[in-house]
Amino acid sequence: MSDVILDVKDLSVYHGQLCAVDDVSFNLHEGEILAIIGANGAGKSTLLRTIAGLHRTSSGSVTYDGKDIAKLSPNRRVGLGISLVPEGRRLFSSMTLEENLQVGAYHANDGPFSIARVYELFDWMPQRRRQSVWQLSGGEQQAVAIGRALVANPKVLLLDELSLGLAPIVIERIYALVPDIVGHGVSILLVEQDVAQGVSVADRVHCLLEGRTSLVGKPADLTSDQIDHAYFGADLRHSIAPDGASE
Amino acid sequence: MIWLNIIIQGALVGGFYALFACGLSLMFGVLKVINLAHGDMAVVAGYVAVFLSPHLHIPGLWSFIVVVPIFGLVGYVLQRTLIQKSIDRDPFTTLLVTFGLSVVIENLLLEIYTANGQTVNIGSLISKSWHPASIIYVSYVSLGVLAVAVAVLGILQLFLSKTGTGRLIRAVADDREAAQLSGANYRHIFGIAAAIAFATVALAGIAYGMMTQFAPTSGGINLLFAFEAVVIGGIGSLWGTLIGGIALGVAQQFGAHINPEYQVLAGNILFLLVLAVRPQGLFGKKTALS
Repeated sequence: MSDVILDVKDLSVYHGQLCAVDDVSFNLHEGEILAIIGANGAGKSTLLRTIAGLHRTSSGSVTYDGKDIAKLSPNRRVGLGISLVPEGRRLFSSMTLEENLQVGAYHANDGPFSIARVYELFDWMPQRRRQSVWQLSGGEQQAVAIGRALVANPKVLLLDELSLGLAPIVIERIYALVPDIVGHGVSILLVEQDVAQGVSVADRVHCLLEGRTSLVGKPADLTSDQIDHAYFGADLRHSIAPDGASE
Repeated sequence: MIWLNIIIQGALVGGFYALFACGLSLMFGVLKVINLAHGDMAVVAGYVAVFLSPHLHIPGLWSFIVVVPIFGLVGYVLQRTLIQKSIDRDPFTTLLVTFGLSVVIENLLLEIYTANGQTVNIGSLISKSWHPASIIYVSYVSLGVLAVAVAVLGILQLFLSKTGTGRLIRAVADDREAAQLSGANYRHIFGIAAAIAFATVALAGIAYGMMTQFAPTSGGINLLFAFEAVVIGGIGSLWGTLIGGIALGVAQQFGAHINPEYQVLAGNILFLLVLAVRPQGLFGKKTALS
Protein backbone atom coordinates (compact mmCIF):
# COMPACT_ATOMS: atom_id res chain seq x y z
CA MET A 1 0.00 0.00 0.00
CA SER A 2 1.25 3.51 -0.83
CA ASP A 3 1.86 6.18 1.78
CA VAL A 4 -0.89 7.84 3.77
CA ILE A 5 -1.14 11.49 2.71
CA LEU A 6 -4.12 12.57 4.82
CA ASP A 7 -4.89 11.09 8.21
CA VAL A 8 -8.03 12.04 10.12
CA LYS A 9 -8.17 10.71 13.67
CA ASP A 10 -11.09 10.82 16.14
CA LEU A 11 -12.35 14.02 14.55
CA SER A 12 -15.35 15.81 16.08
CA VAL A 13 -16.79 19.09 14.83
CA TYR A 14 -19.56 21.09 16.45
CA HIS A 15 -21.85 23.75 14.97
CA GLY A 16 -22.72 25.44 18.25
CA GLN A 17 -24.49 22.75 20.26
CA LEU A 18 -24.92 20.39 17.34
CA CYS A 19 -22.32 17.69 16.85
CA ALA A 20 -22.02 17.55 13.05
CA VAL A 21 -19.05 15.18 12.88
CA ASP A 22 -18.73 12.70 15.74
CA ASP A 23 -15.46 10.85 16.33
CA VAL A 24 -14.68 10.05 12.69
CA SER A 25 -11.38 8.45 11.65
CA PHE A 26 -10.08 7.55 8.21
CA ASN A 27 -7.04 8.00 6.03
CA LEU A 28 -6.39 8.75 2.39
CA HIS A 29 -3.51 7.13 0.54
CA GLU A 30 -1.52 8.72 -2.26
CA GLY A 31 -3.28 8.30 -5.59
CA GLU A 32 -6.44 6.99 -3.97
CA ILE A 33 -10.07 8.03 -4.46
CA LEU A 34 -12.06 7.86 -1.23
CA ALA A 35 -15.78 8.59 -1.36
CA ILE A 36 -17.63 9.81 1.73
CA ILE A 37 -21.29 9.01 1.23
CA GLY A 38 -24.28 9.71 3.41
CA ALA A 39 -27.70 11.35 3.47
CA ASN A 40 -28.47 15.04 3.85
CA GLY A 41 -27.14 16.32 7.17
CA ALA A 42 -24.88 13.33 7.77
CA GLY A 43 -21.91 15.66 8.26
CA LYS A 44 -20.13 15.00 4.95
CA SER A 45 -19.73 18.62 3.88
CA THR A 46 -18.72 19.70 7.39
CA LEU A 47 -16.03 17.02 7.36
CA LEU A 48 -14.66 18.22 4.03
CA ARG A 49 -14.83 21.90 5.02
CA THR A 50 -13.00 21.10 8.25
CA ILE A 51 -10.19 19.42 6.31
CA ALA A 52 -10.03 22.51 4.07
CA GLY A 53 -9.83 24.73 7.15
CA LEU A 54 -13.22 26.46 7.00
CA HIS A 55 -14.43 24.92 10.28
CA ARG A 56 -12.54 24.42 13.51
CA THR A 57 -11.99 20.96 14.89
CA SER A 58 -13.49 20.43 18.35
CA SER A 59 -11.36 17.41 19.08
CA GLY A 60 -9.22 14.93 17.19
CA SER A 61 -6.51 15.61 14.63
CA VAL A 62 -6.06 16.20 10.91
CA THR A 63 -2.59 15.25 9.72
CA TYR A 64 -1.43 16.01 6.20
CA ASP A 65 1.87 14.66 4.91
CA GLY A 66 2.93 13.93 8.49
CA LYS A 67 2.13 17.45 9.70
CA ASP A 68 -0.72 18.52 12.02
CA ILE A 69 -2.71 21.11 10.04
CA ALA A 70 -5.69 21.56 12.37
CA LYS A 71 -4.74 25.15 13.28
CA LEU A 72 -3.83 26.39 9.79
CA SER A 73 -5.97 28.84 7.81
CA PRO A 74 -7.60 27.65 4.56
CA ASN A 75 -5.16 29.65 2.44
CA ARG A 76 -2.14 28.09 4.20
CA ARG A 77 -3.58 24.64 3.47
CA VAL A 78 -3.89 25.52 -0.22
CA GLY A 79 -0.19 26.35 -0.12
CA LEU A 80 0.55 22.93 1.34
CA GLY A 81 -1.48 21.17 -1.35
CA ILE A 82 -5.08 20.81 -0.16
CA SER A 83 -7.75 22.35 -2.39
CA LEU A 84 -11.51 22.18 -1.97
CA VAL A 85 -14.07 22.46 -4.76
CA PRO A 86 -16.88 23.84 -2.59
CA GLU A 87 -20.51 22.79 -2.67
CA GLY A 88 -22.53 25.02 -4.98
CA ARG A 89 -19.39 25.87 -7.03
CA ARG A 90 -18.94 29.35 -5.50
CA LEU A 91 -17.39 30.98 -8.56
CA PHE A 92 -16.41 34.65 -8.51
CA SER A 93 -19.55 36.00 -10.13
CA SER A 94 -18.23 39.38 -11.26
CA MET A 95 -15.43 37.74 -13.22
CA THR A 96 -14.87 35.95 -16.48
CA LEU A 97 -14.07 32.26 -16.79
CA GLU A 98 -10.37 32.99 -17.30
CA GLU A 99 -10.20 35.44 -14.38
CA ASN A 100 -11.63 32.75 -12.10
CA LEU A 101 -8.81 30.44 -13.15
CA GLN A 102 -6.25 33.23 -12.76
CA VAL A 103 -7.34 33.77 -9.16
CA GLY A 104 -6.89 30.06 -8.54
CA ALA A 105 -3.44 30.13 -10.14
CA TYR A 106 -2.19 33.21 -8.26
CA HIS A 107 -0.99 31.27 -5.21
CA ALA A 108 -0.35 28.03 -7.10
CA ASN A 109 2.13 25.34 -6.09
CA ASP A 110 4.48 23.83 -8.65
CA GLY A 111 2.91 20.96 -10.52
CA PRO A 112 1.43 19.62 -13.72
CA PHE A 113 -1.65 21.85 -13.89
CA SER A 114 -1.68 25.26 -15.50
CA ILE A 115 -4.50 27.28 -17.06
CA ALA A 116 -3.37 25.94 -20.45
CA ARG A 117 -3.54 22.37 -19.12
CA VAL A 118 -7.07 22.98 -17.79
CA TYR A 119 -8.03 24.31 -21.23
CA GLU A 120 -6.84 20.97 -22.69
CA LEU A 121 -8.87 19.07 -20.12
CA PHE A 122 -12.01 21.07 -20.96
CA ASP A 123 -11.68 21.81 -24.65
CA TRP A 124 -14.78 24.07 -24.78
CA MET A 125 -13.21 26.58 -22.37
CA PRO A 126 -10.78 28.49 -24.62
CA GLN A 127 -13.52 29.92 -26.88
CA ARG A 128 -15.54 31.06 -23.89
CA ARG A 129 -12.79 32.23 -21.56
CA ARG A 130 -13.82 35.88 -21.78
CA GLN A 131 -17.45 35.18 -20.85
CA SER A 132 -18.85 36.00 -17.44
CA VAL A 133 -19.26 32.83 -15.40
CA TRP A 134 -22.96 33.49 -14.84
CA GLN A 135 -23.47 32.97 -18.57
CA LEU A 136 -22.28 29.37 -18.26
CA SER A 137 -24.51 26.36 -17.59
CA GLY A 138 -24.40 24.55 -14.24
CA GLY A 139 -22.17 21.81 -15.57
CA GLU A 140 -19.81 24.30 -17.17
CA GLN A 141 -19.64 26.27 -13.91
CA GLN A 142 -18.79 23.05 -12.07
CA ALA A 143 -15.99 22.45 -14.57
CA VAL A 144 -14.63 25.96 -13.94
CA ALA A 145 -14.77 25.33 -10.17
CA ILE A 146 -12.75 22.13 -10.64
CA GLY A 147 -10.31 23.94 -12.91
CA ARG A 148 -9.90 26.75 -10.39
CA ALA A 149 -8.91 24.22 -7.73
CA LEU A 150 -6.67 22.22 -10.09
CA VAL A 151 -4.52 25.18 -11.19
CA ALA A 152 -3.36 25.51 -7.56
CA ASN A 153 -1.77 22.05 -8.11
CA PRO A 154 -3.13 20.28 -5.03
CA LYS A 155 -1.86 16.92 -3.85
CA VAL A 156 -5.21 16.30 -2.19
CA LEU A 157 -8.34 17.46 -4.01
CA LEU A 158 -11.55 17.67 -1.98
CA LEU A 159 -14.71 17.51 -4.07
CA ASP A 160 -17.95 18.52 -2.35
CA GLU A 161 -21.18 17.33 -4.04
CA LEU A 162 -20.10 17.67 -7.67
CA SER A 163 -23.46 16.28 -8.80
CA LEU A 164 -25.58 18.89 -7.03
CA GLY A 165 -28.18 20.36 -9.38
CA LEU A 166 -26.74 18.79 -12.52
CA ALA A 167 -28.32 16.52 -15.12
CA PRO A 168 -27.21 12.84 -14.98
CA ILE A 169 -25.41 13.03 -18.34
CA VAL A 170 -23.45 16.06 -17.15
CA ILE A 171 -22.58 14.36 -13.86
CA GLU A 172 -21.21 11.39 -15.76
CA ARG A 173 -19.09 13.61 -17.98
CA ILE A 174 -17.62 15.38 -14.97
CA TYR A 175 -16.87 12.17 -13.10
CA ALA A 176 -15.23 10.78 -16.24
CA LEU A 177 -12.43 13.30 -15.60
CA VAL A 178 -11.63 11.99 -12.14
CA PRO A 179 -9.29 9.15 -13.28
CA ASP A 180 -7.41 11.64 -15.47
CA ILE A 181 -6.88 13.91 -12.45
CA VAL A 182 -5.67 10.99 -10.30
CA GLY A 183 -3.32 10.08 -13.15
CA HIS A 184 -1.50 13.35 -12.46
CA GLY A 185 -0.66 12.20 -8.94
CA VAL A 186 -3.59 13.84 -7.15
CA SER A 187 -5.41 11.99 -4.36
CA ILE A 188 -9.13 12.64 -4.19
CA LEU A 189 -11.51 12.80 -1.25
CA LEU A 190 -15.04 13.27 -2.48
CA VAL A 191 -18.38 13.68 -0.85
CA GLU A 192 -21.52 12.48 -2.60
CA GLN A 193 -25.20 12.23 -1.91
CA ASP A 194 -25.53 10.31 -5.16
CA VAL A 195 -24.40 6.93 -3.81
CA ALA A 196 -24.19 5.13 -7.16
CA GLN A 197 -21.89 7.81 -8.54
CA GLY A 198 -19.69 7.88 -5.46
CA VAL A 199 -19.38 4.09 -5.30
CA SER A 200 -18.65 3.66 -9.00
CA VAL A 201 -15.67 6.03 -9.04
CA ALA A 202 -14.13 5.34 -5.62
CA ASP A 203 -11.42 2.91 -4.50
CA ARG A 204 -12.90 2.91 -1.01
CA VAL A 205 -16.17 4.09 0.50
CA HIS A 206 -16.76 5.63 3.90
CA CYS A 207 -20.40 6.06 4.90
CA LEU A 208 -21.55 8.60 7.48
CA LEU A 209 -24.81 8.52 9.39
CA GLU A 210 -25.70 11.43 11.66
CA GLY A 211 -22.04 12.39 11.99
CA ARG A 212 -20.77 8.87 12.80
CA THR A 213 -19.06 6.30 10.67
CA SER A 214 -21.60 3.65 9.72
CA LEU A 215 -19.73 1.64 7.09
CA VAL A 216 -16.23 1.40 5.61
CA GLY A 217 -15.02 -0.76 2.76
CA LYS A 218 -14.13 -1.34 -0.87
CA PRO A 219 -17.08 -1.02 -3.27
CA ALA A 220 -16.58 -4.59 -4.52
CA ASP A 221 -16.86 -6.00 -0.99
CA LEU A 222 -20.07 -4.15 -0.11
CA THR A 223 -23.61 -5.27 -0.93
CA SER A 224 -26.24 -2.71 -1.78
CA ASP A 225 -28.21 -3.83 1.30
CA GLN A 226 -25.24 -3.02 3.51
CA ILE A 227 -24.91 0.41 1.88
CA ASP A 228 -28.64 1.16 2.18
CA HIS A 229 -28.49 0.20 5.81
CA ALA A 230 -25.47 2.37 6.52
CA TYR A 231 -26.89 5.27 4.50
CA PHE A 232 -30.38 5.46 6.01
CA GLY A 233 -29.76 3.81 9.38
CA ALA A 234 -31.44 0.77 10.92
CA ASP A 235 -34.14 2.85 12.56
CA LEU A 236 -35.70 3.75 9.25
CA ARG A 237 -36.30 0.08 8.38
CA HIS A 238 -37.90 -0.52 11.72
CA SER A 239 -40.18 2.45 11.28
CA ILE A 240 -41.39 1.17 7.94
CA ALA A 241 -41.41 -2.51 8.85
CA PRO A 242 -44.18 -2.83 11.53
CA ASP A 243 -47.12 -3.03 9.10
CA GLY A 244 -45.06 -5.27 6.85
CA ALA A 245 -45.43 -2.96 3.86
CA SER A 246 -41.79 -2.77 2.97
CA GLU A 247 -40.75 -6.35 3.52
CA MET B 1 -24.47 80.29 -21.16
CA ILE B 2 -25.62 80.26 -17.54
CA TRP B 3 -26.62 76.64 -18.00
CA LEU B 4 -23.27 75.73 -19.47
CA ASN B 5 -21.60 77.34 -16.47
CA ILE B 6 -23.80 75.38 -14.03
CA ILE B 7 -22.81 72.14 -15.72
CA ILE B 8 -19.11 73.03 -15.84
CA GLN B 9 -18.95 74.13 -12.21
CA GLY B 10 -21.01 71.10 -11.17
CA ALA B 11 -18.69 68.75 -13.01
CA LEU B 12 -15.65 70.37 -11.38
CA VAL B 13 -16.98 69.94 -7.85
CA GLY B 14 -18.29 66.49 -8.85
CA GLY B 15 -14.73 65.42 -9.59
CA PHE B 16 -13.83 66.22 -6.00
CA TYR B 17 -16.85 64.27 -4.70
CA ALA B 18 -15.81 61.24 -6.76
CA LEU B 19 -12.22 61.43 -5.46
CA PHE B 20 -13.61 61.64 -1.94
CA ALA B 21 -16.09 58.80 -2.50
CA CYS B 22 -14.01 56.15 -4.28
CA GLY B 23 -12.29 55.05 -1.05
CA LEU B 24 -15.65 54.81 0.67
CA SER B 25 -16.97 52.74 -2.23
CA LEU B 26 -13.93 50.43 -2.13
CA MET B 27 -14.20 49.89 1.64
CA PHE B 28 -17.86 49.05 1.31
CA GLY B 29 -17.50 46.94 -1.83
CA VAL B 30 -14.61 44.78 -0.61
CA LEU B 31 -14.72 44.83 3.20
CA LYS B 32 -18.49 45.46 3.51
CA VAL B 33 -17.53 48.14 6.01
CA ILE B 34 -19.25 51.51 6.02
CA ASN B 35 -16.44 53.70 7.26
CA LEU B 36 -18.13 56.54 9.15
CA ALA B 37 -14.69 58.01 9.91
CA HIS B 38 -13.94 58.38 6.18
CA GLY B 39 -14.64 62.13 6.16
CA ASP B 40 -12.54 62.71 9.27
CA MET B 41 -9.65 60.79 7.74
CA ALA B 42 -9.70 63.28 4.86
CA VAL B 43 -9.62 66.16 7.35
CA VAL B 44 -6.67 64.56 9.16
CA ALA B 45 -4.86 64.32 5.81
CA GLY B 46 -5.50 68.04 5.36
CA TYR B 47 -4.01 68.84 8.77
CA VAL B 48 -0.99 66.63 8.14
CA ALA B 49 -0.43 68.43 4.84
CA VAL B 50 -0.75 71.86 6.50
CA PHE B 51 1.44 71.20 9.53
CA LEU B 52 3.91 68.55 8.36
CA SER B 53 4.97 69.87 4.95
CA PRO B 54 6.56 73.12 6.28
CA HIS B 55 8.74 70.98 8.55
CA LEU B 56 9.84 68.92 5.60
CA HIS B 57 10.20 72.02 3.38
CA ILE B 58 7.71 70.68 0.89
CA PRO B 59 5.35 73.17 -0.79
CA GLY B 60 1.65 72.54 -0.05
CA LEU B 61 0.92 71.48 -3.61
CA TRP B 62 3.37 68.57 -3.33
CA SER B 63 2.50 67.52 0.21
CA PHE B 64 0.63 64.50 -1.15
CA ILE B 65 3.98 62.85 -1.93
CA VAL B 66 4.46 62.39 1.82
CA VAL B 67 0.89 62.24 3.07
CA VAL B 68 -0.50 59.63 0.67
CA PRO B 69 2.04 56.88 1.52
CA ILE B 70 1.63 57.59 5.24
CA PHE B 71 -2.13 57.18 4.90
CA GLY B 72 -1.75 53.99 2.88
CA LEU B 73 0.32 52.54 5.72
CA VAL B 74 -2.10 53.81 8.38
CA GLY B 75 -4.98 52.26 6.41
CA TYR B 76 -3.28 48.87 6.27
CA VAL B 77 -2.38 48.87 9.97
CA LEU B 78 -5.78 50.17 11.10
CA GLN B 79 -7.48 47.49 9.01
CA ARG B 80 -5.34 44.63 10.28
CA THR B 81 -5.95 45.68 13.89
CA LEU B 82 -9.04 47.67 14.87
CA ILE B 83 -11.30 47.24 11.84
CA GLN B 84 -10.55 43.51 11.34
CA LYS B 85 -11.33 42.89 15.00
CA SER B 86 -14.72 44.55 14.57
CA ILE B 87 -15.43 42.72 11.28
CA ASP B 88 -14.77 39.46 13.13
CA ARG B 89 -17.60 40.31 15.52
CA ASP B 90 -20.47 41.58 13.34
CA PRO B 91 -21.35 44.34 10.82
CA PHE B 92 -22.97 46.49 13.49
CA THR B 93 -19.71 46.60 15.43
CA THR B 94 -17.90 48.07 12.42
CA LEU B 95 -20.44 50.92 12.36
CA LEU B 96 -19.93 51.60 16.06
CA VAL B 97 -16.15 51.40 15.84
CA THR B 98 -15.84 53.71 12.84
CA PHE B 99 -18.35 56.12 14.38
CA GLY B 100 -16.31 56.11 17.59
CA LEU B 101 -13.17 56.70 15.55
CA SER B 102 -14.86 59.67 13.92
CA VAL B 103 -15.77 61.23 17.29
CA VAL B 104 -12.27 60.66 18.68
CA ILE B 105 -10.58 62.16 15.61
CA GLU B 106 -12.79 65.27 15.56
CA ASN B 107 -12.20 66.00 19.22
CA LEU B 108 -8.48 65.33 19.05
CA LEU B 109 -8.19 67.76 16.15
CA LEU B 110 -10.21 70.37 18.05
CA GLU B 111 -7.98 69.88 21.08
CA ILE B 112 -4.73 70.14 19.16
CA TYR B 113 -5.49 72.59 16.35
CA THR B 114 -8.58 74.48 17.69
CA ALA B 115 -11.64 75.15 15.55
CA ASN B 116 -9.84 77.71 13.36
CA GLY B 117 -10.13 77.17 9.62
CA GLN B 118 -7.02 75.99 7.78
CA THR B 119 -6.01 75.82 4.16
CA VAL B 120 -3.28 74.00 2.29
CA ASN B 121 -1.16 76.87 1.03
CA ILE B 122 -0.60 76.69 -2.72
CA GLY B 123 0.30 80.34 -3.20
CA SER B 124 -1.14 82.35 -6.09
CA LEU B 125 -2.31 79.23 -7.95
CA ILE B 126 -5.51 79.34 -5.91
CA SER B 127 -6.79 82.44 -7.71
CA LYS B 128 -5.73 81.50 -11.23
CA SER B 129 -8.32 80.36 -13.69
CA TRP B 130 -9.04 79.79 -17.32
CA HIS B 131 -11.56 82.22 -18.77
CA PRO B 132 -12.95 80.77 -21.99
CA ALA B 133 -16.14 82.87 -22.20
CA SER B 134 -17.74 85.91 -20.66
CA ILE B 135 -19.11 84.45 -17.42
CA ILE B 136 -17.29 81.09 -17.32
CA TYR B 137 -14.26 80.80 -15.06
CA VAL B 138 -12.59 77.42 -14.73
CA SER B 139 -10.37 77.35 -11.64
CA TYR B 140 -7.06 75.61 -12.26
CA VAL B 141 -7.24 73.95 -8.86
CA SER B 142 -10.72 72.52 -9.45
CA LEU B 143 -9.73 71.39 -12.94
CA GLY B 144 -6.63 69.74 -11.46
CA VAL B 145 -8.71 67.94 -8.84
CA LEU B 146 -11.12 66.66 -11.52
CA ALA B 147 -8.14 65.43 -13.55
CA VAL B 148 -6.69 63.70 -10.48
CA ALA B 149 -10.07 62.08 -9.75
CA VAL B 150 -10.33 60.72 -13.31
CA ALA B 151 -6.73 59.49 -13.16
CA VAL B 152 -7.21 57.81 -9.77
CA LEU B 153 -10.41 56.06 -10.89
CA GLY B 154 -8.77 54.99 -14.15
CA ILE B 155 -5.68 53.60 -12.42
CA LEU B 156 -7.84 51.86 -9.81
CA GLN B 157 -9.99 50.31 -12.54
CA LEU B 158 -6.90 49.07 -14.39
CA PHE B 159 -5.37 47.76 -11.17
CA LEU B 160 -8.51 45.83 -10.22
CA SER B 161 -9.00 44.28 -13.66
CA LYS B 162 -5.46 43.67 -14.89
CA THR B 163 -3.25 42.78 -11.95
CA GLY B 164 -3.18 39.61 -9.85
CA THR B 165 -3.60 41.51 -6.59
CA GLY B 166 -6.48 43.49 -8.08
CA ARG B 167 -8.21 40.28 -9.12
CA LEU B 168 -7.77 38.90 -5.61
CA ILE B 169 -9.42 42.04 -4.21
CA ARG B 170 -12.40 41.45 -6.51
CA ALA B 171 -12.41 37.75 -5.63
CA VAL B 172 -12.57 38.53 -1.91
CA ALA B 173 -15.36 41.05 -2.57
CA ASP B 174 -17.31 38.40 -4.55
CA ASP B 175 -16.90 35.47 -2.15
CA ARG B 176 -14.50 35.68 0.78
CA GLU B 177 -14.57 31.96 1.54
CA ALA B 178 -14.01 30.88 -2.07
CA ALA B 179 -11.10 33.33 -2.27
CA GLN B 180 -9.52 31.70 0.79
CA LEU B 181 -9.96 28.32 -0.90
CA SER B 182 -7.98 29.77 -3.82
CA GLY B 183 -5.10 30.53 -1.48
CA ALA B 184 -5.81 34.19 -0.73
CA ASN B 185 -5.18 35.49 2.79
CA TYR B 186 -8.30 37.64 2.93
CA ARG B 187 -7.11 39.70 5.90
CA HIS B 188 -4.05 40.80 3.94
CA ILE B 189 -6.24 41.56 0.91
CA PHE B 190 -8.56 43.58 3.16
CA GLY B 191 -5.49 45.47 4.37
CA ILE B 192 -4.43 46.29 0.81
CA ALA B 193 -7.93 47.49 -0.07
CA ALA B 194 -8.01 49.67 3.06
CA ALA B 195 -4.56 51.05 2.22
CA ILE B 196 -5.80 52.08 -1.22
CA ALA B 197 -8.96 53.58 0.26
CA PHE B 198 -6.98 55.60 2.80
CA ALA B 199 -4.48 56.75 0.16
CA THR B 200 -7.32 58.09 -2.01
CA VAL B 201 -9.02 59.78 0.94
CA ALA B 202 -5.70 61.47 1.75
CA LEU B 203 -5.63 62.87 -1.78
CA ALA B 204 -9.23 64.03 -1.36
CA GLY B 205 -8.44 65.69 1.96
CA ILE B 206 -5.47 67.59 0.54
CA ALA B 207 -7.54 68.60 -2.51
CA TYR B 208 -10.27 69.87 -0.19
CA GLY B 209 -7.71 71.88 1.77
CA MET B 210 -6.51 73.49 -1.45
CA MET B 211 -9.98 74.39 -2.68
CA THR B 212 -11.45 75.75 0.53
CA GLN B 213 -11.03 76.19 4.28
CA PHE B 214 -11.47 73.19 6.52
CA ALA B 215 -11.92 72.70 10.26
CA PRO B 216 -11.96 69.59 12.51
CA THR B 217 -15.68 69.12 11.88
CA SER B 218 -15.58 69.40 8.07
CA GLY B 219 -15.59 65.64 7.60
CA GLY B 220 -19.27 65.00 8.23
CA ILE B 221 -20.82 67.02 5.41
CA ASN B 222 -18.30 65.66 2.92
CA LEU B 223 -19.02 62.12 4.06
CA LEU B 224 -22.70 62.78 3.30
CA PHE B 225 -21.86 64.03 -0.21
CA ALA B 226 -19.58 61.03 -0.77
CA PHE B 227 -22.38 58.65 0.26
CA GLU B 228 -24.74 60.40 -2.11
CA ALA B 229 -22.24 60.20 -4.97
CA VAL B 230 -21.75 56.46 -4.39
CA VAL B 231 -25.49 55.73 -4.19
CA ILE B 232 -26.39 57.89 -7.19
CA GLY B 233 -23.64 56.28 -9.28
CA GLY B 234 -24.35 52.75 -8.10
CA ILE B 235 -22.51 50.72 -5.48
CA GLY B 236 -19.62 48.74 -6.89
CA SER B 237 -19.13 50.83 -10.02
CA LEU B 238 -16.05 53.10 -10.02
CA TRP B 239 -17.01 55.10 -13.10
CA GLY B 240 -20.54 55.24 -11.68
CA THR B 241 -19.07 57.02 -8.66
CA LEU B 242 -17.57 59.66 -10.98
CA ILE B 243 -20.87 60.15 -12.80
CA GLY B 244 -22.70 60.15 -9.45
CA GLY B 245 -20.33 62.81 -8.11
CA ILE B 246 -20.78 64.96 -11.20
CA ALA B 247 -24.58 64.54 -11.13
CA LEU B 248 -24.58 65.58 -7.48
CA GLY B 249 -22.33 68.56 -8.21
CA VAL B 250 -24.51 69.74 -11.11
CA ALA B 251 -27.68 69.37 -9.02
CA GLN B 252 -26.09 71.46 -6.24
CA GLN B 253 -24.97 74.17 -8.66
CA PHE B 254 -28.44 74.21 -10.16
CA GLY B 255 -30.00 74.61 -6.71
CA ALA B 256 -27.54 77.35 -5.84
CA HIS B 257 -28.41 79.15 -9.06
CA ILE B 258 -32.08 79.35 -8.07
CA ASN B 259 -31.31 80.35 -4.50
CA PRO B 260 -27.96 79.93 -2.72
CA GLU B 261 -29.81 78.30 0.19
CA TYR B 262 -30.97 75.47 -2.07
CA GLN B 263 -27.47 74.19 -2.93
CA VAL B 264 -27.36 71.22 -0.55
CA LEU B 265 -31.13 70.67 -0.77
CA ALA B 266 -31.04 70.18 -4.55
CA GLY B 267 -28.32 67.54 -4.16
CA ASN B 268 -30.33 65.71 -1.50
CA ILE B 269 -33.46 65.77 -3.70
CA LEU B 270 -31.52 64.18 -6.58
CA PHE B 271 -30.21 61.55 -4.14
CA LEU B 272 -33.72 60.74 -2.88
CA LEU B 273 -35.08 60.65 -6.43
CA VAL B 274 -32.45 58.10 -7.48
CA LEU B 275 -33.16 56.01 -4.38
CA ALA B 276 -36.89 56.02 -5.19
CA VAL B 277 -36.71 55.43 -8.95
CA ARG B 278 -33.49 53.46 -9.41
CA PRO B 279 -32.30 52.17 -6.03
CA GLN B 280 -29.35 50.28 -7.55
CA GLY B 281 -27.98 53.62 -8.81
CA LEU B 282 -27.34 54.81 -12.36
CA PHE B 283 -24.61 52.23 -13.09
CA GLY B 284 -25.23 49.66 -10.37
CA LYS B 285 -26.38 46.11 -10.94
CA LYS B 286 -29.66 45.05 -9.39
CA THR B 287 -27.92 42.07 -7.79
CA ALA B 288 -25.74 44.41 -5.73
CA LEU B 289 -28.79 45.20 -3.61
CA SER B 290 -29.55 41.66 -2.54
